[in-house]
Amino acid sequence: MGDAEIIPIGTRGRPGRGSGTDHPSSAARGLATGSRRPTRPEARPEPQPEPEGPTAVDEQPASSAPPATTRERSPLGGVSVGEWLAAFQQAALEMFGDDWEPQLARFLAFLRRRVTGDYVVDDYGFDPEMTERFLMAVLRPIARKWFRIELRGAENIPTDGGALLVSNHSGTLPVDGLMTMLTVHDATGRHLRPLGADLVFSTPVVGQLARRSGATLACQEDAERMLAGGELVGVWPEGFKGIGKPYSERYKLQRFGRGGFVAAAIRTGVPIVPLSVVGAEEIYPLIGNVPALARLLGVPYIPITPFFPWLGPLGLVPLPSKWLLELGEPIRTDDYDEGAADDPMLVFNVTDQVRENIQQALYRLLMQRESVFRGGSAPEG
Amino acid sequence: MSHPDVGRVVLVTGVSRDLGRRCARALAETPGVSRVVGVDVVPPRGDLGRVSFVRADIRNPVIAKVIAKEDVDTVVHMSVISTPGSAGSRATMKELNVIGTMQLLAAAQSAPRLERLVVKSTTTVYGASSRDPAMFTEDMEPRRQPRSGYAKDAAEIEGYVRGFTRRRPDVTVTMLRCANVIGPRVQSPITSYFRLPVLPTVLGHDPRLQFLHDDDLLRVLQHATTDGPHGTFNVAGDGIVMLSQVARRLQRPRVPLPGGSVGDLGSVLRQARVAEFSPEQLELLTFGRGVDTTRMREVLGFEPGHTTAEAFADFASSLRPMAGLSARLIDRASQLVEPAPPPLEATGVDHG
Repeated sequence: MGDAEIIPIGTRGRPGRGSGTDHPSSAARGLATGSRRPTRPEARPEPQPEPEGPTAVDEQPASSAPPATTRERSPLGGVSVGEWLAAFQQAALEMFGDDWEPQLARFLAFLRRRVTGDYVVDDYGFDPEMTERFLMAVLRPIARKWFRIELRGAENIPTDGGALLVSNHSGTLPVDGLMTMLTVHDATGRHLRPLGADLVFSTPVVGQLARRSGATLACQEDAERMLAGGELVGVWPEGFKGIGKPYSERYKLQRFGRGGFVAAAIRTGVPIVPLSVVGAEEIYPLIGNVPALARLLGVPYIPITPFFPWLGPLGLVPLPSKWLLELGEPIRTDDYDEGAADDPMLVFNVTDQVRENIQQALYRLLMQRESVFRGGSAPEG
Repeated sequence: MSHPDVGRVVLVTGVSRDLGRRCARALAETPGVSRVVGVDVVPPRGDLGRVSFVRADIRNPVIAKVIAKEDVDTVVHMSVISTPGSAGSRATMKELNVIGTMQLLAAAQSAPRLERLVVKSTTTVYGASSRDPAMFTEDMEPRRQPRSGYAKDAAEIEGYVRGFTRRRPDVTVTMLRCANVIGPRVQSPITSYFRLPVLPTVLGHDPRLQFLHDDDLLRVLQHATTDGPHGTFNVAGDGIVMLSQVARRLQRPRVPLPGGSVGDLGSVLRQARVAEFSPEQLELLTFGRGVDTTRMREVLGFEPGHTTAEAFADFASSLRPMAGLSARLIDRASQLVEPAPPPLEATGVDHG
């Protein structure tokens, strides 16, 4: 190795301009604290578990070598158990308020139940605890702050016994189903049990979450079973035709399936409660579709909105439209005689009645709404 | 043609396997049953008690002679097997299941004294798919016809039994579609799955499961043998548990794998003789299954002694818990928060 002139770069931790000279300027000396040779003890004791600022960094004497280093300390080492407890208590107090101890104990008991599997699900795989504590807690701020959901006619939902809630479907993704579930639960205390398409249940993760939050497959057997069991069942008879319709056709109800939901209600004698949702159409305005790709992936449509897929994941943020949910007068089905469910004419008539009911309510709500993003006037009377 | 003073003479097939043997023994103790004849190709390993064993293959017509000679009036068909196991290949298993049942039913058809036939079938005949209703009732068909394996065997066997019912309307045929039998001593694909130290699960799916305790299986077979009505009945413990839930109760860690690789892993495990992992089980572990037991209560008149959760808890008590670290940590934390917690809510059984 030939002799190379080593040009020091930087000041090696010494005050100065980094010009390589041994004598820093007076200004630099003035900036450096203390004397040039600090009087700190040579050998520091090992890190003790005593409170000290987290910025405790060893200052090396500004002599020759080695350059400035810091000594690693275990981040936990410097904080004593007592302090952890105090901080924890403080945090608990902040989070749960004054009665934090029983609150926290309850929370831990909940956590323990979850971890040990000590909870109950019903025949459909519905996990009420998880739905209330987790799913609804996540959805609630979205419903209240983002969509500012307003529910009208909550008294039309029977307080107990089976009932079939029939709603329009819109919004590209079934956000309206989730929001309806939450809003109905918050208003009446009853869990809405949605009937979902089989695509939901064949999709990994989604199907699992759907069952856990109370959904089941939209088939005649399950619908009748749930209704006969006294559940409040929610159905979106338009299905993918409704949810995946272009933005230009917003608030135009699509065909209501084959009326199977009406037959199920008639057979079990439960009332049909029509629900009209305004606002969900605007969350992801569907302006295009990629049918070839959709067919390839086996999904009903690949949505193209003004923001998706152009903005990537950001395009999945729904637009903050103002939502109005209106529950109509229940339609009774218990006064039909035996075998009415097998009379296709009657079933079609009732289906049309429900559909007409929802469509009229939609037009009325749209008239009342000031704009897409601002609230409507209060219901008259 | 019955022998009221003598009691029933029962022929039980498939006694070499543990459940068949225990069933035969239990039937021998049942009041109203005077004699139990156990039949199988290989002698049972355990104690048969008062059951007299006849070594016969139900796949050949000798079985007809046994039925005639022993004066059998009740046949309990238990030898439908779900995995090849010791029998060897899938071909042998199919032969045992299907040809065996055909021969047995042929023999039973020509036995004039026969009054009652009890067939232990399985809820596997309903299959498992994403299009399934939440709870299958007895008159529902599987959404997808099984193409192979145990499920197909079971479906074919049920078909033969239905044919037998048509040809011998004087015989009371009770077909029991039992949910997965579970218990501390049961060796089956599902129990060997849960005995794995780490549970491979299908990514993104959490199946609903139903179990039947083995004691309840014996009881329902006893009940059906003495006074079972004609018909097909689902038999399962009450309630549903999720796979994620029982894995937590077992304190077994789960490893979610994509569906296909769980099947591959299953066949590796089967070849390595670690676990009897059947292909039907993959479907069950993906989509789960529930059966409605209303008819079991109202028509069959049977009430299981264990719910699904209790049956599983009994099975789990025979296993050593694996992890449970998180539960212990939470317990420590709870003690720290509140040394003497007031009675909060019923926190239920301690599975720790």
